[in-house]
Amino acid sequence: MVDPRIPLISERLREIRRVIAVSSGKGGVGKSLVASVLALTLAKKGYKVGFFDIDFTSPSSHVILGVSNIQPEEKNGIVPPTVHGLKYMSIIYYAGDRASPLRGAEFSNALIELLAVTVWGELDFLIIDMPPGISDATLDVLRLIKKAEFLVVTTSSRLAFETVRKFIDLLLELNVPVLGVIENMKMTNSDFIHKESEEKGIKFWGEIPFDKNLEESIGDIERLLNTEFGKALERMIAEKIDLN
Amino acid sequence: MHEWALAEAVIKTVSQIAEKEGLDNVSEVNIRLGELQQVDVEIFKFALSQLKAPKLEKAQFNIRRDEAKLRCRVCSYEWTFSSVELDEEAREAVHFVPEIAHAFMKCPRCGSPDFEVVSGRGVWIESVKGVKRHG
Repeated sequence: MVDPRIPLISERLREIRRVIAVSSGKGGVGKSLVASVLALTLAKKGYKVGFFDIDFTSPSSHVILGVSNIQPEEKNGIVPPTVHGLKYMSIIYYAGDRASPLRGAEFSNALIELLAVTVWGELDFLIIDMPPGISDATLDVLRLIKKAEFLVVTTSSRLAFETVRKFIDLLLELNVPVLGVIENMKMTNSDFIHKESEEKGIKFWGEIPFDKNLEESIGDIERLLNTEFGKALERMIAEKIDLN
Repeated sequence: MHEWALAEAVIKTVSQIAEKEGLDNVSEVNIRLGELQQVDVEIFKFALSQLKAPKLEKAQFNIRRDEAKLRCRVCSYEWTFSSVELDEEAREAVHFVPEIAHAFMKCPRCGSPDFEVVSGRGVWIESVKGVKRHG
């Protein structure tokens, strides 16, 4: 028996120039905020950007973007609605604010389903907000989205980097492009993450200082882009992503 | 999965199978359609007829419905999807992403959301028959 969804996925992604998966081995390091600001900043620069939150059991990007009361359109598949200039896709269209307790195989099936039916059209960038960890989501993105590049987020904590390091090693071992490492919520002068990244031959994008005003900007994207966090990330995007 | 997207997936996959198997013409495609996704068979058949690819012009699509059965991983209770009353919003959500059933349904016996779909999930191409290329 053949699952007909898989061959359709490459067709759905055909007109997307670059896919950036914002990831980390660890949770709570700011992936969703980085992914959201990355997507918004690229859209503001005039690029066609899609944003796909695949943290199906704990989605949060809709809160960051202040999304409510919208649904995708059905037209030979599912066309994501446009939110703040982004074609935005999330499980919340279907689960609402209910918990979605999914085991690994169920996560994979949901991801395959959404990749097979979502009609992104032509995009310069598809930004993926990944769930934490080195399990189903990472393995599925590696298996199903061959053009994915990874942007890795960590905090300054050695505990966070202990897992992030293994995550990077896995990507490098598989010859998957790693765009760089972002050190988020920086509170000390330690250059531990910077050195470790460079030792691995990974581009260190820079540090984002702990921003105590960030929480108040959640749900308000203009405010978010003007926080210290938003500005720092905007500078990194301008300097580190090859936009040609 | 949306009926048209689903039909597109089937046509694309059958075309690939035909190419791989060296079939000049596909005469028969047997499809298993899981009940969980609540696909509208008439729309699905219509979409298949409209999307037919070159080698599939004469293909007959046989569709077999597969009853959705669920089993609780905690207490092993088994039940059918058709025995569950879901409102329109839930049915619509499960139609698009069947795994969303875990957000709306619980084991009728112990109340756990930790259940597996034993049968009736998704769309499967069971077999493809046709005339082989000569030479």
